[in-house]
Amino acid sequence: MTLPVFPPVGDPGPSFVDLLRATSSGPAGDVRREPPGLKEALPHLAAMPAVPHGTTIVALRYADGVVMAGDRRMTQGPAIAHRGIEKVFPADRYSAVAIAGAAGPAIEMVRLFQTQLEHYEKVEGTQLSLEGKANQLAQMVRANLPMAMEGLAVMPLFAGYDVRRSMGRIFSFDLAGGRYEELEYHATGSGGRDAKTTVKLGFRDDLSMEEGVELAVKALYQAADEDSATGGPDPLRGIYPVVAVVDADGYRRLAESDVAERFDRVLEQERSRSGRDAAS
Amino acid sequence: MTMPFYVAPEQVMKDRAEYAQKGIARGRSLIATTYDSGVVIVAENPSRSLHKISEIYDRVAFAGVGKYNEFDQLRVAGVRHADTKGYAYSREDVEARSLANLYAQYLGQVFTHEMKPLEVEILVAELDPVGNAHQLYHIAYDGTVVDEVGYTVLGGDADSVSAQFGASFRFGWTLAEALSECVAALSGPDRTLEVADLEVAVLERGHDRRAFRRLLNGELAELLGRPATGDEDFADLRSDQSVDGRDDADPRDDEQQHD
Repeated sequence: MTLPVFPPVGDPGPSFVDLLRATSSGPAGDVRREPPGLKEALPHLAAMPAVPHGTTIVALRYADGVVMAGDRRMTQGPAIAHRGIEKVFPADRYSAVAIAGAAGPAIEMVRLFQTQLEHYEKVEGTQLSLEGKANQLAQMVRANLPMAMEGLAVMPLFAGYDVRRSMGRIFSFDLAGGRYEELEYHATGSGGRDAKTTVKLGFRDDLSMEEGVELAVKALYQAADEDSATGGPDPLRGIYPVVAVVDADGYRRLAESDVAERFDRVLEQERSRSGRDAAS
Repeated sequence: MTMPFYVAPEQVMKDRAEYAQKGIARGRSLIATTYDSGVVIVAENPSRSLHKISEIYDRVAFAGVGKYNEFDQLRVAGVRHADTKGYAYSREDVEARSLANLYAQYLGQVFTHEMKPLEVEILVAELDPVGNAHQLYHIAYDGTVVDEVGYTVLGGDADSVSAQFGASFRFGWTLAEALSECVAALSGPDRTLEVADLEVAVLERGHDRRAFRRLLNGELAELLGRPATGDEDFADLRSDQSVDGRDDADPRDDEQQHD
């Protein structure tokens, strides 16, 4: 491995992806190369339902920031492949990224995205704007298009606190790399529709953080209730969805015990609504 | 066919070393020292945007003296090395020692094979997150690496600054103690340095994955027991102050920036 020094022409600048492309030796060489035979293998991948998928994620704005939440289930066809994977990640100090879709490429995309944001920040000495970060992610989604056509689609959701505008913002993406700003809320993944409808019914412009978190938890509960691929709260194993908020103080993940309490409250509400008590 | 003049290799090396030393000597010094919960790096630098001290990775910091464009190129190369390594393997696998060796190889290569050696001296520091085995690698313009214990001084008056600083250095002192001794040694007997003339950063043990943190004017004034200047740190970050004209005593007064 040699020191990556470039002549002024051909310098990759603050882009980590370009750096990986430009580095011909060292571990990066292995990373940037497409695995041999990938093109031939892709059509067959589509035919087998064996690639693990992550499912429901939701993001919504509240008065001072954004809430982002995701269930913990990964499915492989009809089977549960993993009960505890995480789909919500800090992208950097002031933003969060959540993923749905083929778990392998999705988690790899998050890792690349996190590295890219930090790389830019260190090389340039300043952070990208929130919109700049969203555009970077859009480019990564678009680069994944050939894989998406073969059934390995990645559907991220990006949300963060825009320090220049002092507000929370949410961005959704389509498979072709389209990037859309969502003014209020968004959800995606197999249980996304149910989650979105739940948020829609309870959404107000001036939600407090507490109310925002409660709404996101309710949305995941309803998604898990309707969609077999979405995992609900799992008190038996102590696994609860990941809930994070991003505001002027940055990214914070809520403690699992806190999330557990909130799910207990939702269950309580559901019980009293349907007239069943805990004993029955 | 004309024959080139023969110059003894000793003479070539001597000339190059002299050239590099001259360039470095025109800049101000920089001190890095350990304290009770990390490593602090203090430099004399009135610019708030052109840094001498920077973050490389979670627990690794970089500092350079000499010619700004040359050590900044090395800084960016270090960030690139660390980020590709952390991405290909794991964040834990990125460490100062391998980076210091790469820098040494590169500087040595340039020193022996290029027309002009790099006029820089650099430091790679790594924080020990649990114990006190912090690492300070001091790398000279010709690729010489020294693994320093406790503290190190880079730049022009390194010898005199080091003599003064070494006399007061203690293992396990607090950040405030370390800072005031650093500032005293950097300013020397007949100058006083203002808070605005300093660039200070720490690698600090704590909860954050990224241990690197800059100490801005307000916090710096407080630690040094100086009155706050009232300048907003935020405004400082945005200023576009150039390093030009920093070394007023420089007789050559050329376009080159020497920090």
